[in-house]
This record gives sequence, C-alpha cells and structure tokens, in this order.
Amino acid sequence: MNVAGWEVLGLHGLGWGDLLQMGLHFAMLSLLAVSGVVTTAPDMQRYLVGQQGWISADQFTASVAIAQAAPGPNILFVALVGWSVAGPAGLLVTMGGMMLPSSALALAVGRYGRRRADALPMRAFTAGMVPLTLGLLLSTGWVLAAPIRDRWLGVALVLGTAALMVRKRVSPLWPIAAGAAVGLLGWV
Amino acid sequence: MSDTLLQRTPRSCGELFRVFQRLALQGFGGVLPVAHLELVERQHWLSDDEFVKLLSVGQVLPGPNIINMALIFGDRHFGWRGALAACAGLLLVPLAVVLLLFLLYQQFAAEPKVAGMLRGMGAAAAGLVLSTAVKLSTTLRTSVLGLPLCVLLAAATVATVGGLRWPMVWVVLGLGSVAATVAWRRLAAAEGRS
Repeated sequence: MNVAGWEVLGLHGLGWGDLLQMGLHFAMLSLLAVSGVVTTAPDMQRYLVGQQGWISADQFTASVAIAQAAPGPNILFVALVGWSVAGPAGLLVTMGGMMLPSSALALAVGRYGRRRADALPMRAFTAGMVPLTLGLLLSTGWVLAAPIRDRWLGVALVLGTAALMVRKRVSPLWPIAAGAAVGLLGWV
Repeated sequence: MSDTLLQRTPRSCGELFRVFQRLALQGFGGVLPVAHLELVERQHWLSDDEFVKLLSVGQVLPGPNIINMALIFGDRHFGWRGALAACAGLLLVPLAVVLLLFLLYQQFAAEPKVAGMLRGMGAAAAGLVLSTAVKLSTTLRTSVLGLPLCVLLAAATVATVGGLRWPMVWVVLGLGSVAATVAWRRLAAAEGRS
C-alpha cells in the first residue's frame, strides 16, 4: 500500500466528540433494532449521510452491498459503514454501539429472564412490531436504492431481484452477481 | 425419543467458537437457516423445540437475532466466556473477509467500472431487502391487528422513515406503542372469550 493508502486508517477529519456522538446514536439504534439490524439502516443513512454528511449515499449503499456479497451475519454492514466514516476507530465505534446495549440485555434476559416469550405483553409487543418492521424494510429498500433511483435499469434490477427472491429459493449471491455484471458493463 | 439420546452439549469454548464460525461462513444473506442446520441437525446441541424457543427469545430482544442467540447459548454452557466465544466465532473471521473485500473496493472506488459494479450490487441489495418485506407481508393477514390497520401502520412507517426521513426513534416509539396497545387489547379480549 502506498502512503496515500494509509489515509484509510485515519479518522477522515472527524473529532473524538463526533465519534462519541456516533457511538451514542448507534447505541440507541441497537435498542430499536427489534426486528434485526437491517431495519435501522434508514435511520443510519439519515444520520450519517443526511444530517452529518460524513459519507455519501453511494458509500452507504456500497457498504451494505459488499456485506451482502460476503458470508456472515447481516450486522457486518455496520462495521463497513463505520469504517467508511472514520476508519478502524469508526468501525469499533459503530460495532460497539450497535452490539453492547443489545448484548447486555440479551445476556441479562438469558440469565434472569423469567418472563416467557409467549406471555401476553410479549406477544402484544411482537404482533405490534410486525407492520412497523414491514414499513422499515420497505424504507430500507428505498434508501438503499437512492444511488440508482433515477436510472430505469437500476430500478428494474431492484424490482427484478425482489420478484426473483420472493418466487424462488435461490442464493442471494446470484442477483448480486448479476447486479455486479450489469454495473460493470456500465449500464446502471 | 431418539432425539434425546442424540442430544449433545458443546465440549469447550473452542468448540463453540469453531461451530459458530463455520455456520457464519456458510451464511450468505443471513445466517439463521444455517444456524438451524448446524445446531440442530449436525451438532445436536438443540432440539427443534429448543431452537424455536431460543429463536423467539432472540427475536423479541433488540439487536441482531443470531448474535443474541449465540450469546444466550454460549452463556448457558460456559458463562460469559462461552458467550464471548460463540459471538467471536460468528464475527471475527467473517469480519476479516468482508473488510478485505471492502479495502479492495476502496482502492479502486474511483474507477468508473468499479463504481458502476457497486451501484449494480447495491440495486440487488435493495431488492433483497424488499423481498424480505414482501415475504413478511403475507403474515399480516393473520395478524391480531387486522389487515387494514397493519397496512396503515406500515404505510405510515414508510412515509415517515423512508419519505420524510424522521428519526426512527420517534416513529417506533409513537407508532409502536399504538400498535402494541391495540394488539394487547385484542389478544386479551380474545383470551377472555375463550
């Protein structure tokens, strides 16, 4: 790696106060991620791209796309988003913020939780969250499509992937590979 | 019967780490289906019933479901060391793989072809998430909230979070408490009748 390449390890101009604020934001999202981390993607994008302007919509979507193309839990896109914002320190902050509150809660419930998942309040909470989760997932799709929303072939790729995955049980790697090929040809 | 005879337990934190690492590396676009295959069918660490119970706890809790499951499962067997081992197994090597890919991308991000490739992959990623939403929508028909209210709540979430870009926290606390309260009343009423 050349000297310029090492810049990826820096904070990209962010201060420690910024990192703290980002960590707190992700810690809040950790507790809101009731139906998986992906449902918090729209708010992450709003905060990092819209409000703070630390990364672009293209960078955000690219982070999610690369995480989808690699094996492992979905949460890894949070690591890539953090890295895009502020290098290794950013990764530690976003992953730490996203993991610590929910992990502490999970361990506490695993050890001391006597309330069962089929108790009435739990079932009411779960049932109530389903339509919100649906809305959050649709929003995630909309937000991730931000870089290509104005290109018809890009939109066709989004909808085609969705239709394929609903109808057929195929590996998600196929549509991602197709998207990569179409993009490489310069069509989106 | 044969299920209980086959039932095993993890022998060490190292074994926990290896099994969770193996299942994480097999999971593209979500690890949960592989988790069932590894933990129930191959290792016999959990019965089907235990797996579903663990999954439902992991789903009610906030945070990544599979991480929550790994933490609780590891903790059950070897305390906090087990929790750490299972969680590290899920994350460490997959994180190294994905970071390597990402650094490679960053080196060439300025190339129009690479940028185009990532836009195409991003479009597919958006489609993948949308397909999850469509699959989830089929469960709304049996929701205790009723289909019209579900559609209204989902649409309001899309409009505020996706369209108006309001902070998620206010939308989830606001709409979520309305939804949960209605669900609670209806569930309680249904149980009162039976």
